[in-house]
Amino acid sequence: MAYFIQQLINGLTLGAIYGLIAIGYTMVYGIIGMINFAHGEIYMIGAFISVITFLVLQAAGIGFVPLILVVMLIASMLFTAVYGWSVERVAYRPLRRAPRLAALISAIGMSIALQNYVQLTQGARVKALAPIISGGVTLFEQDGFAVRLSFLQIFIIILTMALMAGFSYLIDRTPLGRQQRACEQDRTMASLVGVNVDRTISTTFVMGAALAAVAGMMVTLYYGVVDFFIGFLAGVKAFTAAVLGGIGSLPGAMLGGLLIGLIEAFWSAYFSIEYKDVAAFSILVLVLIFRPTGLLGKPEIEKV
Amino acid sequence: MSEIRIKTDAPEASFRDVAKDALLTAVVALVLAVPFIGLKSDSVGIALALQTRWAEMFAIVGAVVAGRVLISLFRLRRVQPRTPQPQKRAGAKELAAAWGGKHIVLIGVAGFAFAAALPFMPFSSRYTIDIGTTFLIYVMLGWGLNIVVGLAGLLDLGYVAFYAVGAYSYALLSTELGWSFWVCLPLAGLFAAMFGVILGFPVLRLRGDYLAIVTLGFGEIIRVVLTNWVEFSKGPNGISGIPRPSFFGFSFAREAESTTFHELFGIAYSSQHRIVFLYFLILALAGLTNWFTLRMRKLPTGRAWEALREDEIACRSLGINPTNVKLSAFALGAMFAGFAGSFFSTRQGFVSPESFTFMESAIILAIVVLGGMGSQMGVVLAAFALVILPEWFRDFQQYRMLLFGVAMVLIMVLKPTGVMGSREPTIRLHKKDQGSAAEAQPETAR
Amino acid sequence: MTAAQTIAAQGEALLEVEHLTMRFGGLTAIDDLSFTARRGEITSIIGPNGAGKTTVFNCLTGFYKPTVGRLKLSHPTKGEHYLERMEGFRIAQVADIGRTFQNIRLFPKMTVLENLIVAQHNALMRASMFAVAGLLGLSRYRNAEKAAVEKACHWLEKVNLVERADWEAGNLPYGDQRRLEIARAMCIDPVLLCLDEPAAGLNPRESLELNTLLKAIRDEQGIGVLLIEHDMSVVMGISDHIVVLDHGRKISDGDPAFVRNDPTVIKAYLGEEEGEDDHA
Repeated sequence: MAYFIQQLINGLTLGAIYGLIAIGYTMVYGIIGMINFAHGEIYMIGAFISVITFLVLQAAGIGFVPLILVVMLIASMLFTAVYGWSVERVAYRPLRRAPRLAALISAIGMSIALQNYVQLTQGARVKALAPIISGGVTLFEQDGFAVRLSFLQIFIIILTMALMAGFSYLIDRTPLGRQQRACEQDRTMASLVGVNVDRTISTTFVMGAALAAVAGMMVTLYYGVVDFFIGFLAGVKAFTAAVLGGIGSLPGAMLGGLLIGLIEAFWSAYFSIEYKDVAAFSILVLVLIFRPTGLLGKPEIEKV
Repeated sequence: MSEIRIKTDAPEASFRDVAKDALLTAVVALVLAVPFIGLKSDSVGIALALQTRWAEMFAIVGAVVAGRVLISLFRLRRVQPRTPQPQKRAGAKELAAAWGGKHIVLIGVAGFAFAAALPFMPFSSRYTIDIGTTFLIYVMLGWGLNIVVGLAGLLDLGYVAFYAVGAYSYALLSTELGWSFWVCLPLAGLFAAMFGVILGFPVLRLRGDYLAIVTLGFGEIIRVVLTNWVEFSKGPNGISGIPRPSFFGFSFAREAESTTFHELFGIAYSSQHRIVFLYFLILALAGLTNWFTLRMRKLPTGRAWEALREDEIACRSLGINPTNVKLSAFALGAMFAGFAGSFFSTRQGFVSPESFTFMESAIILAIVVLGGMGSQMGVVLAAFALVILPEWFRDFQQYRMLLFGVAMVLIMVLKPTGVMGSREPTIRLHKKDQGSAAEAQPETAR
Repeated sequence: MTAAQTIAAQGEALLEVEHLTMRFGGLTAIDDLSFTARRGEITSIIGPNGAGKTTVFNCLTGFYKPTVGRLKLSHPTKGEHYLERMEGFRIAQVADIGRTFQNIRLFPKMTVLENLIVAQHNALMRASMFAVAGLLGLSRYRNAEKAAVEKACHWLEKVNLVERADWEAGNLPYGDQRRLEIARAMCIDPVLLCLDEPAAGLNPRESLELNTLLKAIRDEQGIGVLLIEHDMSVVMGISDHIVVLDHGRKISDGDPAFVRNDPTVIKAYLGEEEGEDDHA
């Protein structure tokens, strides 16, 4: 039981990270109907920026942990958002009316380019960072197994919840969110009633990138290692999460992320750690076969 | 092309806009560059330290802004009405394209003849033939995937999985059971096709993008299994000592118990014989793939593939079973990947999971899409651009993949339908160019 | 000889719709609809926008599974088929029901001729022995393809598109696309042809030509035609039988003269102008 709860905590933490990345996929898919293949790299870039921000702060001699965290968070969100914006502007906007595969190839190209850009500029070696938040609380002990909840895990879960709340507010209650939903439904109509479609799409990318940056920063803190290749697998899993939850649905993305995190944690704990990626994908396949719209996606009536 | 104009290209765009645009570019480039080019995290001992590269950063940002300004100015000139030149050039380009379209068969035959003669050219060396072989593997994979993506319109991001199935089929059957290449080749294709059916059956009813992600997942699963199932696949170390191919039973070795190739023909031994033989083998396999695809296009199955790509609902209303049609495309595409895979493993003499990463799938897909979906000639051109050109830039090894990615984006942005975007009908009622009988078709807006 | 041409008695019930009901969540798009379509007749389904006409078609052709109801097709040679139990493509393949779509669904990048050849997929598949005979270039397949082209040409002549046979279908003018879609549906040799607003977007001359074409199909092929149409000049001019729907319910059923004078119909069309404007 204790072991189970420990895996639950680990899984939720991991799931929160996947969920944040998944939101970027789901929003972009919702609004322009494409898989933003470069989104995993955006997350990787967010992780690198948080490492670099930390180093800058270190060089400046700042050692106050809350300040470091806040600055890391803001810097990685800001800089990564600009990356998200630029990717859309350069690689996707010119292809708005092009065949869908063209945009996908462009996205894959962008992903390859970003990965190698980071490898070239920051080196291929793994960046290891000393833990910034350490310690935690022991929840309870059973049969000699202590269930621990680290402060870092608390930080990650609370931050994710806060971001989700803020985000839901943004989408549900603000004009910006309304414009996004309008563009999702019908871009032509939205532009006719005065929504600046290009700007709305850009904003979507900026928001998605900022959330991915938070995920990147969390991973930096959680695992303490970052390299230029982390974007691919995390991206694929986050997309899986988005599909699992029902693509286009924000709560769905978060739910999917949590599920993927939990599946991975439990699978690694009880079965085999080598095949944890296989588990995530297999469950995706099963969900798609039996509930193709995902868990929270609206059933789609085929328009004939 | 007119559709992909950016706002600044509107006729009223002026030099002021160009300046504003340049300023924006400068700010964005600077923000992008500071954390990655300006600052570098470097390992000092076990800790990380910060390095700065401000000079390089400003140089790169400057170059980006200059490039952007040049492009804007060029566009500005183009939208001004008093410049007839670009139009004339476009006319010449179209003329060339029309000529190419008319003589596509001729070009194809000439290309094939050139490929067949390549090993005997005075300039060809072992290196040329090796590159040629690699190139042909990608052409073959591109043609195979063209059936799935280009004709049937099924987005497959895990094509490399079938390539892996083929490669491991031959590797295992030959090393464990000692079966010959010629027996294993069809088997490898069969296994790959079987995998295609097994995977395809549950997932082919999914919508396009879901299919993409499931195939991607499948590709990864195959790789993970090959890496971790050590008893079966020898894990990450791979399988080595895979038998090299023989000339239908006559070995290419210098000496062997049975008759060798050079003894058979009474010629001096040369290590190049095997290389050339491999080259012709892949040329033949690729040729087979091409022949098969071209033939299939004119058969009901092939036409149904294309119809399905165009409109699945209409297909159903005509009594076409979409699942069967998709499965046939998926399985046949997989089969050719299986053939190519077994060739790959006999050529290398070694396979490991590392050869079958997502990157490979992405390259093959890029070959199909960059070439122009469904175009066989396009595949050849795109494979040339993605496989041969990077070879020439070997000196820039470290920038190669970066440039590769950038090139993919650029080609798509400039030519979203691919290099060879037009489609040749599979059947005609009236003869081509018979102006009197058939009305001239208006130029399609592409 | 098409199956349909082996004509039995005209006016025989071809399609019997009984108690058809279709709900989407809480919305009842069709409510307990029953009617009969006969061979050699043109049956029109009319009604204000949102009356559920296209939904009826989508149930008939397998795109939706009806919530309740029986759709019985009495095929002149193949016996009875219960459409509500069949998968979409089987309805065209086995029960021989052809259809067109409200927003034309051609294969736009394929040529006009190719569109018509694709429609003969199942016959050609048999002839090509699942591509084997075709790959080997056997005469068996070559002859079948020749026959398919001949049939395509027959319909191209009927719809006046021979000259444009090698055009990409997507490049055809709108009216040509409508006619091509009908020709394509006819190439599967249907016993029942379902046309979803074939006259939409046609000019008066084109819709007159359409009338002639549909009458010719009815009289020469002896098949049943089911027609959804807004253009009353088409409906009244060629229908043998009209079913009027409003809000998913049948409000009138009879020959054109009867329906034209039915007070409930007049009320539905004129009295409730505010009826919602969706294209179900």
